[in-house]
Amino acid sequence: MVKVKEAAPSGLEHENVEDLKHYYYQMLLIRRFEERTSEMYVKAKIGGYCHLNLGEEATIVGLMAALKPEDYIFTNYREHGYIIARGVPPGPVMAELFGKETGVARGRGGSMHLFSREHNFMGGYAIVGGQVPLAVGAAYALRYQGKPGVVVAQMGDGTTNIGAFYESLNLAKLWRCPVLFFIVNNGYGMGTSVEMGSSEPDLWKKGASFRIHGERIDGTDVLAVRDAVRRLRERAESEGEPAILDVVSFRFRGHSVIDADRYRDPEAVRAGREHHDPVRNFAALLHDHEIVDDAWLKVTAERVEREVQEAIDFANASPDPRFEDLYENMYATPVPNTPGREDALQAVRINRGEW
Amino acid sequence: MPIITYRQALNDTLGEELARDPNVLLMGEEIGVFQGSYRITEGLLQEFGPKRVVDTPIAEEGFVGVAIGAAMLGLRPVVEIMTINFILVAIDQVVNHASKIHYMFGGQVRVPLVIRTPSGGTGQLAATHSQSFENWFAYCPGLKVVAPATPYDAKGLLRAAVRDDDPVIFIESLALYDTKGDVPDDDDYVVPIGVAEVKRRGEDVTVVAYSRMTAVALQVAQRLENEGISVEVVDLRSLRPLDRPTIIESVKKTGRAVVIAEDWYSYGVTAEIAATIQEQAFDYLDAPVLRVAGLEVPLPYAKELSAVSKPNANSLIYAIHQVLAGSSRGALWAK
Repeated sequence: MVKVKEAAPSGLEHENVEDLKHYYYQMLLIRRFEERTSEMYVKAKIGGYCHLNLGEEATIVGLMAALKPEDYIFTNYREHGYIIARGVPPGPVMAELFGKETGVARGRGGSMHLFSREHNFMGGYAIVGGQVPLAVGAAYALRYQGKPGVVVAQMGDGTTNIGAFYESLNLAKLWRCPVLFFIVNNGYGMGTSVEMGSSEPDLWKKGASFRIHGERIDGTDVLAVRDAVRRLRERAESEGEPAILDVVSFRFRGHSVIDADRYRDPEAVRAGREHHDPVRNFAALLHDHEIVDDAWLKVTAERVEREVQEAIDFANASPDPRFEDLYENMYATPVPNTPGREDALQAVRINRGEW
Repeated sequence: MPIITYRQALNDTLGEELARDPNVLLMGEEIGVFQGSYRITEGLLQEFGPKRVVDTPIAEEGFVGVAIGAAMLGLRPVVEIMTINFILVAIDQVVNHASKIHYMFGGQVRVPLVIRTPSGGTGQLAATHSQSFENWFAYCPGLKVVAPATPYDAKGLLRAAVRDDDPVIFIESLALYDTKGDVPDDDDYVVPIGVAEVKRRGEDVTVVAYSRMTAVALQVAQRLENEGISVEVVDLRSLRPLDRPTIIESVKKTGRAVVIAEDWYSYGVTAEIAATIQEQAFDYLDAPVLRVAGLEVPLPYAKELSAVSKPNANSLIYAIHQVLAGSSRGALWAK
């Protein structure tokens, strides 16, 4: 058995060992959460569309490791891992996928609309590009109120072809908003490759005509992602300089759980999983540097397995939202001439054939 | 009580709300340096500075989205869209985002946002600059839509909208900006969102209207009084929430109803009101409910052709006579 060292060895000498181990734990947690989510979807515990972060664990954990509590995050609809890495326990996340009252959006949002105000996780958004102007607006508010922090606008590669993206770039630079445009470039927008959809496939260059700095980053390297975000975050916060991060990652499966992934070369997908598995590669790195040993990896795997199972158990045991609360939160404050609990119950009884 | 224009009521209110709450800011195209395309924001940049009165580029989707995101963090943006026609390029932000964020995320965040915009068509502005789309937004749960007809209501509803914690679409009208009315200047009144008002009491027929058509209905009611016809005018003021009880109470009293709105006839606001009346006051009706609305063409430019394509006093008087005669022949707009 390999002896576990007290300090990080050569190549990782500036790293805090506990941080490295935590990154691995978080990546494995996301990996197993998503694998079990896929299983729950097949068992019809989860409905609707469901997009997994498998293969993108290093991208997510690297981003979250660099952010501070005062920062805000807006994402697209492939966001289970983001909210977990931001610190929300897996239980309420799984409960949301199950449509339960204990879910992070009280069962009203589902897989594509996770949210936690407490963690400044400002939502998963399911209309491509919709979250990008919102994130710029949040950054605008920070600047207006003179508060510290930055805002992350996470998106997929396909989003860089939509108009809202370009309007957002222009406004962010024009108004000096502390926002990071964080592009998860897994090579495909559903089944459309970056080359098919973008006349400029080097996505980091797309800020050039807005005078916005861009970089390409290896999204399978958790430390590379963390360091790039840290550097550009600092600049965004202190100078009001937005930036584009073109984070190249590998999507392990199809676009969503129900996508058979017929448009990608099976051999390339197999090779991608073989060579670009961020979780396995990071485990090997830590092991090779004698930061962790087989026993630690085994204990961590068991811990993750248990935590994900507990999340599933929590979701299963949680109550469904109540029919009478259907109209709750339609508006922020009471409004005349809007339906209430009695109206909800009456309509629900009829719609359920209980008259 | 001072008599001021609808424009002045809006301008005064925006200034007062900017002074009252440092989180209120105005955003829009040409609202600052240019002083506002229709001078609603005149003088406010000079008084409050560029942080509070923000000139935007021509990028409605972008700056409406920015306003929503800023509202989620506690600012209270009041956005001007130059005319409602231009809001179509921002509709994803309004419909898919502003209207859903509070409910869909389990009530964790509020969107205190106002979007002000003039709707409707006057002055030969032709097909792309003369449309009425308030019904598109009134269709969406989660939004509030108000459409004041008088300077008094413009002030009271704008105050209510700016202080409201939900997204409010505030419908104005180019033809109303220069109209005048009583507005108290020493009173912090608000007009509640979601509450209609009987603007004129009558016995023979109820006319349901909002915004500029309320002004038309009040003029018609005055004229018909001389013919011995007593018209009650219900001014909706809010399209969502819709004050159905006030409409129904009026129709139960008069037994007859005409609904008038500037938007196109089919699938428009008038359809919703007429359907509500037949559902909730069927036994009280002495005649079919008639609707008066825009003719279904892209509004032509030519002066006379343009004028006859929009509902007006003539069409309303015709419909009132039909409904008093118990005839459904007023339904000429349906084909």
